Amino acid sequence: MFRLETEQLEKWTDLAQRVRKEIVSNVHDAQGGHIGGSLSVVELLIALYFKIMRIDPQNPDWEDRDRFILSKGHASIGLYTVLAERGFFQTQELCSFDVCGSRMQAHPCMLVTPGIDMSTGSLGQGLSAGAGIALGAKLFKKNFLTYVMIGDGEAQEGQIWEAIMMASHYRLDNLITIMDYNKVQLYGHQKPTPTPPLTDAKAKFEAFGWHTLEIDGHNYQAILDACQEAKETKGVPTMIIADTIKGKGVSFMEGRYEWHAKVPSDEECQMALKELDCLPRKCPPGELVKEVLSND
Amino acid sequence: MTEMIAQRVAFAQTLIELGRENEKIVVLDADLATSTLVDKFAEALPERFFEMGIAEQNMFGVAAGMATLGIIPFCSTFACFTAKRALDQIRVLIAQPKLNVKMIGAYSGILTGKTGKTHQSVEDIAVFRAMPHIVTIAPVDGREVALALRAMVDYQGPIYLRLTRDPCPVIVDDDYVFTIGKALLLRDGSDVTIIGTGEQSQRCLVAAEILAEQNIQAHVLHVPTIKPLDVEAIIAAGVKTGLVVTAEDHSIIGGLGGAVAEVLGEHNPLPIKRVGWPDIFGESGANDDLLDKYGLTPEQVAKAAMELLQRRRR
Repeated sequence: MFRLETEQLEKWTDLAQRVRKEIVSNVHDAQGGHIGGSLSVVELLIALYFKIMRIDPQNPDWEDRDRFILSKGHASIGLYTVLAERGFFQTQELCSFDVCGSRMQAHPCMLVTPGIDMSTGSLGQGLSAGAGIALGAKLFKKNFLTYVMIGDGEAQEGQIWEAIMMASHYRLDNLITIMDYNKVQLYGHQKPTPTPPLTDAKAKFEAFGWHTLEIDGHNYQAILDACQEAKETKGVPTMIIADTIKGKGVSFMEGRYEWHAKVPSDEECQMALKELDCLPRKCPPGELVKEVLSND
Repeated sequence: MTEMIAQRVAFAQTLIELGRENEKIVVLDADLATSTLVDKFAEALPERFFEMGIAEQNMFGVAAGMATLGIIPFCSTFACFTAKRALDQIRVLIAQPKLNVKMIGAYSGILTGKTGKTHQSVEDIAVFRAMPHIVTIAPVDGREVALALRAMVDYQGPIYLRLTRDPCPVIVDDDYVFTIGKALLLRDGSDVTIIGTGEQSQRCLVAAEILAEQNIQAHVLHVPTIKPLDVEAIIAAGVKTGLVVTAEDHSIIGGLGGAVAEVLGEHNPLPIKRVGWPDIFGESGANDDLLDKYGLTPEQVAKAAMELLQRRRR
């Protein structure tokens, strides 16, 4: 087992703060985007892109790379930020999020953004594509792994269960799925209107033939251990139910359904950045965006 | 005696040939293999046949994932499911990223083997015409199906192939060269133009014979690729006679008739009559009864041409 050293842990903790700052700032500046579900997956994405996955930011189309699909594509700004921090593109490009002509589209587009392995955005679909990649890898005897991140709300889509059933049928042990179990969606789980919740998730995935783990989705060591166990699991796909907090890192956003896609006001943005122990950026966002887009 | 062959038979045979030639070709099925006849592919090349079960949405998603690896997946199911059941999956995972997935719409149109309105597909052309990046092909006979499949493998990008179920006459020549986006002149004439697509083009030829008995020479153009449309050929065929009948086993809204009306309306307005499904759903029944009741027989195509000619004489 890989043990995370204190020094590394501190670095990644700082990195998570920076990523959260970018998420909050860019959603504020773009006046659009999904803040809550991006904040909940920060540690998961950092662990994947900085340790777990076999990737090369300089060669994003490398044939033997591990694949990652953000099936909950609305958390795009979270993914873009981690990709930028990992070196797939310049971090300053993040400020063009949701702007016409930008590579930082509201939902990930594999045609324009380096590091995006599959276009997503309509919920419930990414796991099928991931299963297709994993099945294709087996056909071609490739040993890379495919990681898919789904949301718990997303698991209300029937297609998720089609894919779950098919992946265990084809014994896709090269498919590792992480469910961002943040327990909140656009119009809430419990309040004000209850939606059909994903109860007994572990039992359900197990009943469908998946090796299923439950972890704290904000704990790096737990994420690393779970992914290691998934890699070593043979004959069945693995589901990692990552218990997370929607809006994690900003007290007034945590666990609140309103922050699924709400844009913070100037004041809320300042409050959030203060909590994240970051200074607001100095350059007016409009000028940065212009500069980034003119570089293309 | 005209050779008769079902499009699905030609499809299944050719797919096996292509599969043997190209190891990147795989077939995905949604539990309709003995209907679409891809069961033959499963027997011939079992390691490249993947049964996805009755789960079309997942099947098209799996195909998209495979296509990112350079695999050429053929997704096989009925047209009604390809064009509707899995439409959002096709749109987001295949059309938008232009992935190289070949989508089969078997049992298209009205002649679906007595399965009725739930399984008939009268909107699939309209659906895919309106969707960016999707090439849409509707061959007239088994020979053209085989040629179209070869062209589909050579083409890099998503394609919808519209097929029919039952045996139909082979009408294209031995030496016909199929090209995506090119129409085929089936008969030269000077009195009225009939433009058809899919198996209905063959009924257009029969309609031309009916008209010939009355000394009316029909100019018959077959349009196998509905998108991208052979605009030049359609304008030329229209200008040739000044009157255009369109014929298709599909709704007259958004299908070939709609496409031809748009082209001529913009480039060269001419009197047009669209023969096809009126804006209604169908029912189950025998092929001949359905064709007759819903206005798709050669006689009804010929009648439409006569009406246009009479209108001009007035």
